[in-house]
Formats: sequence, C-alpha cells, structure tokens
Amino acid sequence: MSEPRLVEVRRNVLKQNDVIARALREQFRAAGVFVVSLVSSPGSGKTTFLEKTLTQLQPRYRVAALVGDLATENDAVRLARSKAPVKQITTGTLCHLEAAMVQSALQEWDLHQLDFLFIENVGNLVCPSSYDLGENLRLVLMSVTEGEDKPLKYPTIFNSADVAVVTKNELANAVEFDWNAARTSIQSVRPGMQIFRLSAKTGEGMDEYLNFLSQKLAEQRAVAQVLSPSVRQVQ
Amino acid sequence: MHELSIAMSIVDAAVEESQRRGVQVSAVHLRLGALSGVVKDALLFSYEVACQDTPLEGSQLIVEELPVIVFCAQCQKERVLQSVQLFQCPECGTPTMDVRQGKELEVFALEVQEDEVQEHKVQESEVKE
Repeated sequence: MSEPRLVEVRRNVLKQNDVIARALREQFRAAGVFVVSLVSSPGSGKTTFLEKTLTQLQPRYRVAALVGDLATENDAVRLARSKAPVKQITTGTLCHLEAAMVQSALQEWDLHQLDFLFIENVGNLVCPSSYDLGENLRLVLMSVTEGEDKPLKYPTIFNSADVAVVTKNELANAVEFDWNAARTSIQSVRPGMQIFRLSAKTGEGMDEYLNFLSQKLAEQRAVAQVLSPSVRQVQ
Repeated sequence: MHELSIAMSIVDAAVEESQRRGVQVSAVHLRLGALSGVVKDALLFSYEVACQDTPLEGSQLIVEELPVIVFCAQCQKERVLQSVQLFQCPECGTPTMDVRQGKELEVFALEVQEDEVQEHKVQESEVKE
C-alpha cells in the first residue's frame, strides 16, 4: 500500500447553516423586519424580559416571537399573554437553534406584516454561539444573580453577541452585585459592547433599551431604502 | 454539548468529498478556531460515534487548534491573543474586536490512500467551496 496523500478540501462544516442564515437575513431585510435573537443561561429571566419587551413595543410596533425550548411549551404560553404572535420551536434534545429551524418555523408568517421579530434561543451559553440564525442583532442576557464573571466563563458567546443586557437589577443590592466588575468582564471579552442594565420586573431601565431597538429598526430601514428605493412601492 | 451534531456534519462533508473524488479516507484534518464554540476533546469523542456505519468508520480526526489573531489598530499589526477572555493587544493593551482568525470550523484536508485514487480524479483547481 502506498503512502497516504493529503487532499485539500477546505470546507466550512457549518456551511449549510450559514447559507440558510444568509438567505434568512436577506429575507428579513427585504421584508423590513428587524430580528433580535436572545441568548442566555437557563433561568436568567429571558422569558420575562421578552414578555415585557413584546408588551411594551406593541402599542407602536408589530411584533412577534419564536421561542426555542427543549421540551415544554411553557415559555410560549407565558409569552402569548403579551397577545403578540408566538411560535414554539421544540428542539427535543438539541441544545441550540439552527437556521433551518427558524426558516421552517417562519413559513406560515408574512414577515412584511412585522416590524420586530424576536428569537429566543434555548437557555445555554455554549452551543448557540456557533450558529448564525440570520438575526440582525444578537442580545446576550445575564442576570445580577449569576455573578459578575459570567462573561469570563463563557467568552465565546459574549464575544459573538452585539449587545449585553444585565437583568434582575431589582435584586442587585440583595446579592451585592458589583456593577463595575461586571462591566469590566463584559468589555474584556467584547470591547465596545453596549450594555443595558435593567429590571424587566419593575420596568427600570426598559425605556433606554426599547429606544435603542427603535433606533436600530429605523437605521436598518434607512439602509434598505438607500439600497433599493423602489422595493416598497413595487410590493 | 453540540459536538455530536458538529461531528456528524464533519462526517457528512468528508463522505461527500471522498465520494466525489472516488477515494478512501483514512483521516480528516480539521481546523478549529478558539472562538468556534466547539471543544476539541468532546469533538474527538463524538467523531468516533458519528463515523459508525459510514464509509469513514475507522478513520481518524486530526484537529489543528488555531488561536485567535486580532489586528491592533495602534501597532498596525496582527497579534495572537493570549486568552479569549481578554480582547486586547498583548503588546500595547489597546482593546480590539478586529478578529482575523479564530472562528474556523473547517474540514481542511483529507488523508487518502494514493493507490485507490481513480483515473478521473478531480483537479484541485476544480474543487469549489
């Protein structure tokens, strides 16, 4: 038998996911919908935070949410209280969402009827970091009860996110949360990342974050307008 | 733990490439960036499972781990990060998010048995992404 030969193939393992994610992003842009994905550890308050986000954006915007969960539909039931359209993606044993799941969940929805779409990933700070879902903004959530060094323990996911939200601020004093230490850890793994500190429960700090989202939606639409000024009229 | 599904994607990709070329694969070379979100040991463990009952059964996974390389705007140079917990230039301390390497999750090459390569082998230049 001869010597083994090395054949260069250079193939991105997640190519299939990336191709679908790119198509989704293009679809979102064309429809004028701004898509935010949420990642966090289990129990950080993602669902409460999302419920408040949906409720407070609703008077001004058309909003909807996709929720990834391992086995239950509890989150979707809770989010349905906001009266926004909510769809559950039950992942079974899979610890993260993939672009294909988002694509298939969105099939029956007319994205042109939406301003904001939120995608709540499975509670997990490891696996979701590898998968692009076509989102415009990835938001990483951490609560004050989790400790200031969470970003240092999960640098990859914090590094892959665009914005950090520190929640459950109403408990900050009780758990002696060190805000400066938290900010330092976040900036260490993701320099320049914008951070919002808020309490979904009391509403403190929510306005600043919601205004930021409004601004992002306006920016995206301004860019879409410049790129293809006639798109909206044609449709 | 998403390494098993990653391992299965690696096996799928390698099987497809080997069938296209009509070769038998003895090893798969993978480039794995420190920011890929994939753990090498978990991947090696999963690879064996993922290979079962496929043409790659018995093959080896060889992982080349790549550190994060960033560009420092201050030094105007590419620098290797000492740690993924600290995104700043190791020389001058300037924070940077200009990542030039580290997100790779790529089947880079296949080790194949030369004598099993068939006549109509695909030219390297024809190989597309």
